[in-house]
Amino acid sequence: MDIDKILVTITGAGLIAFIWWFFFGKKEVEVVAGESIDVVVDGGYKPASIRIKKGKTTTLKIKRRDPNSCLEEIILPDFKIKKFLPLNREIEISLTPQKTGEYGFHCGMNMYHGKIIVG
Amino acid sequence: MEKLSSDNQQFIKRTFPIVGMHCASCARLIERKLIRTPGVLNATVNYGSENASVESDTEVSDEQLAKSVEEAGYKAIIGQGAKDKEQRTPEEIKEEEKKKELQNLKVKVIISSIISVLIFLGSFPEWFTFVPKILTNPYVLLALTTPVQFWAGRSFYLATWSGLRNRTASMDTLIAVGTSAAYGYSFFSALFGGHMYFDTAAVIITLILLGRYLEAKAKAHTSDAIKKLLGLQAKTARVVRGNKEIDIPIEEVEVGDLIRVRPGEKIPVDGSIVEGISSIDESMVTGESIPVDKKPGDVVIGATINKSGSFVFKATKVGADTMLSRIVKMVAEAQSSRAPIQRLVDIISSYFVPAVLMIAVATFVVWYDFGPTTASGLMALTNTIAVLIIACPCAMGLATPTAIMVGVGRGAEKGILVKDAESLEIANKVKVAIFDKTGTLTKGVPVLASYTGKTGTSKEEVLRIAASLEKGSEHALGEAILEKAKEKGFVLKKVQGFKAIPGYGIEGNIDGKRYILGNRALMKKDGVDYKLTEKEIEKLESEGKTVVLLAKKRILIGLIAIADTLKEGAREVIKSLNEAGVETWMITGDNERTAKAIARQSGIKNVLAEVLPDQKAQKVKEFKGKQDRVVAFLGDGINDAPALAVSDVGIAMGTGTDVAIESAGITLLNRDIRSILTAFNLSRVTLSVIKQNLVWAFGYNVILIPVAMGILYPFFGWLLNPALAAFAMAASSISVVGNSLRLKRIRI
Repeated sequence: MDIDKILVTITGAGLIAFIWWFFFGKKEVEVVAGESIDVVVDGGYKPASIRIKKGKTTTLKIKRRDPNSCLEEIILPDFKIKKFLPLNREIEISLTPQKTGEYGFHCGMNMYHGKIIVG
Repeated sequence: MEKLSSDNQQFIKRTFPIVGMHCASCARLIERKLIRTPGVLNATVNYGSENASVESDTEVSDEQLAKSVEEAGYKAIIGQGAKDKEQRTPEEIKEEEKKKELQNLKVKVIISSIISVLIFLGSFPEWFTFVPKILTNPYVLLALTTPVQFWAGRSFYLATWSGLRNRTASMDTLIAVGTSAAYGYSFFSALFGGHMYFDTAAVIITLILLGRYLEAKAKAHTSDAIKKLLGLQAKTARVVRGNKEIDIPIEEVEVGDLIRVRPGEKIPVDGSIVEGISSIDESMVTGESIPVDKKPGDVVIGATINKSGSFVFKATKVGADTMLSRIVKMVAEAQSSRAPIQRLVDIISSYFVPAVLMIAVATFVVWYDFGPTTASGLMALTNTIAVLIIACPCAMGLATPTAIMVGVGRGAEKGILVKDAESLEIANKVKVAIFDKTGTLTKGVPVLASYTGKTGTSKEEVLRIAASLEKGSEHALGEAILEKAKEKGFVLKKVQGFKAIPGYGIEGNIDGKRYILGNRALMKKDGVDYKLTEKEIEKLESEGKTVVLLAKKRILIGLIAIADTLKEGAREVIKSLNEAGVETWMITGDNERTAKAIARQSGIKNVLAEVLPDQKAQKVKEFKGKQDRVVAFLGDGINDAPALAVSDVGIAMGTGTDVAIESAGITLLNRDIRSILTAFNLSRVTLSVIKQNLVWAFGYNVILIPVAMGILYPFFGWLLNPALAAFAMAASSISVVGNSLRLKRIRI
């Protein structure tokens, strides 16, 4: 095998490993919400993992800073909520979960994800 | 604006946007200025949200606050005439942003199309011999491609960047990486010589932008139903104030207001008529096309149209409590809920884009190492680009939600209110349908079925006396008798010594003679001999009728049979369900004989009679437990709510109580029992569209990604041109949305 091919193979393998680590290896930082929590939408959801209490009302104060139209809607399917997020304007979503568990939320196109952990 | 009260003093809290702040200290400045305004208790200004929140007593006007802010050198968007963008509802902003985005996309598509054509012509001088020489110059091509790549394609880069910062990737990432590879390689080729892919980069970006433009236009129609519903709302109401009638905006109508509605006008809010009669077209809410006659005491629904008379009604529900607002809310919620079929897609889509990136790298390596020796590098590059471009996670993401949105909207137009996607998805799989009897299968209002005279008394006389006696009673059976007498135009006689005997019947004197009207037990108690008519009574009862006996001076003089009748179309529905292999059951608290009679009339096969209200839910659970079949429960009353909630598909009648509607997954607003079949059909067609979409979206990716990788090359020498891949990608998401929109026209 030529040296260039070996180099390409090694680089490729390294790149694949990097992609794996980059996208799947990230640690999710779980944030415990009080009565309300600020969520910034900027290339994803910050925080993307929110812990809230069962039976208590928690308000998510969501503000989109990212002009990417993919993120313009937030959908919480388990709570039957779909909200349009105007750029740079705070939108409030109040949740009063009655069941414990993990409930995902995502953008209008289902590309950016976050989750709400009810405990 | 929020009204608060404390220590008997009224104060209000107002929140309004402020324009012109450029640092956090501006916020403090405005805050101080606001607090110093007389009457203001507290003020906070948030620099981040650019909002001020002010608590003040009610005396302080919007104008005063606006003036204070202005004095500080900023502008408050508050009070009348404040039509700045921050004053609009998110929905309005959305509309406008969408419009702007579409316009923006359109400009980009047009300009990049023109440039792309030029690049394409210049890239293949061997095909297009007529092209001026200058267009084929590498530097000219580079100059033409650069604006397409970085101006038209800017959004892809922005989205990629914001995603990468969060270690996530979207389809923008794929497009940005794919086209950048083509552009970057060509850039060096242009400088140092070599093959150029400027046409690929430009055409891909143009096609994908075109796809986005068409998709955005099509997607806007998936939420038409809500817009249509909101458009039904009246804008003003004519409120009666003293002797005057004044027009006020609908938002200002309060519960208890008296509102005048003239012929041809829309009824502004929900209420009940206090004066006047009319016929009202309720089709926009119920889907029922025949106008309904209404009289004082009857309920009117906001957004319906007054056809003939003028009337005054008292507002009972306003704002978010009106029927229309609740319908809009339910439709919007249903459209945002997740169909169970979506779960798998959710899991796949979270791995999809990184997986495609890895596949793309692998494609490059394999082609570089094992491709034809002469051009392995170039082929590795084109195939890698093709893989990145053809992958279309969008189509997968859109497959289920768009179909649910259109399906739910279509249902709302037909008077079928679907409350969640899950009910819509599984309604067509129902194997057991359990009907509540009264109010669901039957009209729920007893009517007089027959009446006969005995011992020489005419039947008319029997009805007249019975009706006269019943005038004072409030029993449901009495209503049926009175209704019939009214229909016949009988003049009722004066009754003296009226007495109701609970559990038995009533008694009273007419023209000095004593009459009793009631059940067998009452006759027995009074010593009336009815044995000769026992057979006739039993026969009537076996038909599901309730028999009332009338006696004069201990002699039986007449029989009246009262029955709850089947709803129109009930028989038809049961027949269709039976034919479709759905097990039909009737559940009722009534006695077995009445239950069986109704079951016979409707064609229902199985009966559960004498079930106590609180046992209904238990029975439904038992059905669900058996063989894991999908169980639908259809009911209307408060006592049906638990059963509606525990069933797989709860279907409430629109005439039913609010509690029943809340607990049900589907509500038939049009009050037509036949709509059950329409609802099942809607579910069937929606699910089939979802399945088509998913098969298409998955199939597309599963088949075409390997093709783009070049899997067919060893056998047929086929490779996928990256520009063609871009076309397929754009077409794939448009076709998914288009297929969902088909639900608008499908016959159900």
